[in-house]
Amino acid sequence: MIYPDSKIVLEVRGLCASVNGTEILKGLDLTVRRGEVHAIMGPNGSGKSTFSKILAGHSAYEVTGGTVMFEGQNLFDMEPEERARAGVFLAFQYPIEIPGVINSQFLRLTYNTVQTHRDKEELDPLEFDDYVREKMKLLEMSPDFLERSVNEGFSGGEKKRNEILQMAMLDPRLAILDETDSGLDIDALRIVANGVNQLAGKDNAIVMVTHYQRLLNYIVPDYVHVMEAGRIIKTGDKELALELEARGYDWVGAECKAASEAAA
Amino acid sequence: MSTSDTVNAGYLESLLAGRPHVPASPLAWLNTLRSEAVDRVGVLTVPTQRDEEWRFTDISQLNRMSFHPVRTTVDLQAEEAGRFRIEEAASRLVFVDGVYAPHLSIIDTDNGVSVVNLEAGLAANAVALESCLGRYAEFRNEVFSALNTAFLQDAALVVVPQDVSVSAPVHLLFIATQKDVASYPRCLLLAGSGSVVTVIEDYVSLQEDAYFTNAVTEIVLAENARVNHIRVQREGMKAVHIANGAVSLARASNYQSVSVAFGARISRYNLNVRLAEEAECAVDGLALIAGRQLADTHTCIDHAKPHAMSHQLHKCIVGGGAHAVFNGKIMVRQGAQRTDSRQSSRNLLLTNKAHVDTKPQLEIFADDVKCTHGATIGQLDSEEVFYLQSRGLSETVARNMLTYAFGAEIIERIPVPSLKSLLEQTVLDQTTVQP
Repeated sequence: MIYPDSKIVLEVRGLCASVNGTEILKGLDLTVRRGEVHAIMGPNGSGKSTFSKILAGHSAYEVTGGTVMFEGQNLFDMEPEERARAGVFLAFQYPIEIPGVINSQFLRLTYNTVQTHRDKEELDPLEFDDYVREKMKLLEMSPDFLERSVNEGFSGGEKKRNEILQMAMLDPRLAILDETDSGLDIDALRIVANGVNQLAGKDNAIVMVTHYQRLLNYIVPDYVHVMEAGRIIKTGDKELALELEARGYDWVGAECKAASEAAA
Repeated sequence: MSTSDTVNAGYLESLLAGRPHVPASPLAWLNTLRSEAVDRVGVLTVPTQRDEEWRFTDISQLNRMSFHPVRTTVDLQAEEAGRFRIEEAASRLVFVDGVYAPHLSIIDTDNGVSVVNLEAGLAANAVALESCLGRYAEFRNEVFSALNTAFLQDAALVVVPQDVSVSAPVHLLFIATQKDVASYPRCLLLAGSGSVVTVIEDYVSLQEDAYFTNAVTEIVLAENARVNHIRVQREGMKAVHIANGAVSLARASNYQSVSVAFGARISRYNLNVRLAEEAECAVDGLALIAGRQLADTHTCIDHAKPHAMSHQLHKCIVGGGAHAVFNGKIMVRQGAQRTDSRQSSRNLLLTNKAHVDTKPQLEIFADDVKCTHGATIGQLDSEEVFYLQSRGLSETVARNMLTYAFGAEIIERIPVPSLKSLLEQTVLDQTTVQP
């Protein structure tokens, strides 16, 4: 929801980045304030996932220009774990499996690590068990998932629920959901979206990266951005997503090109 | 004769020199078995890296050291053996430097399983043993099996009668206490048809000097038997541990094994598994080594008959300048149709000096089979490290966790909770790098 005079969580200016020498982001601008839900849409290869990984601090991407401020701090001064502790959360498109590490132990370690860095209380195993079970209800997850290895043998939907469970526990200021709807059937999509909606509040912000409009029926964005060739070329409200669904992406690019030619 | 052969001959002779201490048995077949083995030792040589089966594994150190057979037995106190106690185990046979220690052993006679030293087993049922002992672990062309058989005296004997099913594991504990000693642990497990048993074969040490363990284990599963076999090699860090295992599966029997190698300067485990119709086996292993250790696992899973299934996951975590070797042969014989075999060798190198040689080997002589195999060698996956960092964990913690998990995937398969958590702790301690 858009709140008047809300604080800026994320301010991206002229971001350029490359991977293995190939430029992917070419001057991206974005401002996200507390309470807002943003959707970044765009065709495959437009740089959406690159952008979300750069925000989380993936080392494979080289930032070649521009700035990103998170809550007034230079994001690029922070290691990935420091960003997480400060409140950046990335829900992965493809969450990794960690056979041999029990989910409950993993969740408790990450929770307590982040709590410690926020000068908050850690939870012992019993307290944590109560806490995490409560959060799992939000995502209609069976407690059985606590005793299994992290994401191992989870279905696509179960992995995504486990991601949002981590989001619920780590209480981020900025949650980036990278293609969270991919691989979900309609029931799983509803559950995941419902979880996200309950976590959205006036003190945090959500950036959804998605190829399809489908997710936006469930998590309604305040802003919809269209990304193409490494830049945001159009911003609108939720109606824009419906238009994109009906007409595809090509017209946005054409419109943008025409506008820039007219300006020249 | 080359110089090294001369050295080998001398070395084997010196090991055999202690043999007169093995008293003759009243059983003619046992004396014959031993003397055949002595003859083979006289013919065979200690392998060198020129032998294909040993090309990655340098055991020339054995030639430079002088080991002697156990001359005196150590009177070990109960507390000293007690620290290796596994709480779930109902029976425990303890061997000190290869010699049976009745005062440290605990035998549960109520659950139907016979757990005894060979001597008592021979007294009770020599006829049944004649057809099994030394008949599965090939010694005619394997010098270490031959040596072990030549010294055959004490042995852990586990006999599970038909349809007897026991949940409490049997613990076979081999404790090394003397330096420069060569010991010859020996196990024979006979699982009757329809029986179920769990056996832990455990090699430990109370001292850190060099010694030589040369073990042989034979496991025979009758029809529909199920055996869980956990093998723990946690020898002293200067030990040389060479072991030969032979497992024979009759129709529709099931062998589940987890083998871990943590200890020894040099270790080598040869495991041969032979499957009859509809038999199933899972042969999993973990070598976790560092420093100058060498751990070599050679397995051969022999699909001799149709409709059998084998799964194998072997992992190595190699730190320091250590060297791991895995050679996994899968043999599918002519006529062994509908064989289902999966093998995976996964290796994690923690340093630039760590080294792995892995060699999956499929030999298939049937046409209607499903066989897969694969091997990976590498460092930790950077995507996995990033995932954990993105959850707030430091890079060091993330790497420790992933290294631990790599090993824990095997340890998790051990069906004895206290042993599982003990070994998980060992893996945790050895994979934790302080930030």
